[in-house]
Amino acid sequence: MSPLLTYVLRHADDNLIVAQRLGELIASMPDLEEDIAVANVGLDHLGQARHFYDYASELDPDSRDEDQFAMERSEREFLNATLVEQPNGDFAQTQMRQFLLDAYQVPLYEAMTASDDARLAAISAKAVKEARYHLERSSAWVVRLGAGTPVSHEKISQAVEYLWPYAGDLFYADDVEEGLAASGVAVDPATVRPTFDATVADVFASANLSVPDDPYARMGGRTGFHTEHLGHLLPEMQSLYRAHPGATW
Amino acid sequence: MPEIVTDEVLWAAAATVPDPEMPPLTIADLGILRSVERRGDSVVVTITPTYSGCPAVDMIESGVIDAVVDAGVAVDRIRVERVLAPAWTTDWITDDGRRKLAESGISPPRTLADASGQPGSVSVTLSGRRRQPIGDISCPQCGSKTVTELSRFSSTACKSLYRCESCREPFDHVKEL
Repeated sequence: MSPLLTYVLRHADDNLIVAQRLGELIASMPDLEEDIAVANVGLDHLGQARHFYDYASELDPDSRDEDQFAMERSEREFLNATLVEQPNGDFAQTQMRQFLLDAYQVPLYEAMTASDDARLAAISAKAVKEARYHLERSSAWVVRLGAGTPVSHEKISQAVEYLWPYAGDLFYADDVEEGLAASGVAVDPATVRPTFDATVADVFASANLSVPDDPYARMGGRTGFHTEHLGHLLPEMQSLYRAHPGATW
Repeated sequence: MPEIVTDEVLWAAAATVPDPEMPPLTIADLGILRSVERRGDSVVVTITPTYSGCPAVDMIESGVIDAVVDAGVAVDRIRVERVLAPAWTTDWITDDGRRKLAESGISPPRTLADASGQPGSVSVTLSGRRRQPIGDISCPQCGSKTVTELSRFSSTACKSLYRCESCREPFDHVKEL
C-alpha cells in the first residue's frame, strides 16, 4: 500500500471502530438523552470514516469500496489505534475513551485542515467542527464523574488507569507519517501531542484526576497488531455482510 | 434538453426539494444546495452535507434528480456532486429558513461571530478556536429567553434539546456550527 493510502486508512479505521463501539450502546444508555447523544456521536464518526474510505477507494490500486474496506478486511489489516477498540466497559470507561479520542482528534483535524492534500483538508475541515462538539461533551462528563461522588471518582480513575497506555497508540508514527508530514500532506502526531497533553491536564485538574506519569504506551494498532478486543468486535460488525456479500436493499 | 429550461428554472426546481429530516425547509433554505450549473449537455447539481454522517444525503440526492427530471431534463443528463469544502455552516440557513424553523417550533441557530470580528468574538477554549454565537436562545413558543439545555444532542445530529423555563415546553434548537 502507498503511504498515503495507509495514512488515510489509519484515520478511517479509528472512526469506524469507535462508531461500532458506540453503536453497541444504542438502547442501553442510562437515559434517553445519553442514548441519543451516543448515537449521534457515533454517526458523526461513521460519517468521517466514510469520507476517509471514499478517498481510500480512489487511492487503492484494487479500487475497493467503503464496504469492502469495512467488511472484507480482517483484524491484521485494520490500522486503528488500540484505544478505540477497547470495550465500552462501564459508563466512565466509555466517556474516558471518548474524551481521550476527542482530545486527540481536535488538534489533529485542526492541523490537517492546512494539509497540502486538498481532500484531507476538506474532510478535516468538516470533521473538526464535530470533534470540537464531541470534546465539549466528553470533557463535561469527565469533570462531572471525576468531581462527583466517591463512586464515580473511583470508576473514572480506573478508566484512566486502564485506557492511558492505549491512548499512547494514537501518537504512533513511522515512515508513513514522517514521510508525508515532510511533504506537507500528513500531520506529524508529535505536533498534536502538546495540545492533547494540555487538554488532558486542564480537564483532569477540574475533575480531581491525576495525569498518569507512566510513559508506557501500548503501540501496534497502526500496523495491525491489535488487542484481543478487535477480534471480537469484527465478527459481529461483519457477519451480515459476510453472509450476504455485496447485497443491497 | 429543451431550450425552455433556463438556469433559473433549474435552480428553482432543485430548490424545491425538502429536507427529509426537517420537511418544512427546502435544501435551498438550509444552504445544502450550493449550485446548479450546466456543463455541456449536462446539469450538475452540487450539494454539501450538514454533518459528516448526515443520513439524509442519499435521499436528498434522489429528490434532486426527481425534481430536475420534472423540470424537463433527461435523467441521464443529471449529475449530483457532493462537496465537503467549504464546510457547511448554520450561517448559510436563509432568513426564510429561519422563519420556517421558528414556525415549526424549532429554535433557529444564532449567527456566528466573524472570526476576525471584535475582540472576544472568538473564544480560545480547550476545544480550540471557535466562533461564538451572538445573542441568546429564545423559546420558539413563548419567546422567553429563560431556557435550559437538557441534552447536547436531540432528534437529529444538528439539533440540541432545550426546555423553556417560562412556559415549560421542551423544544429543539438547531445548534450553531
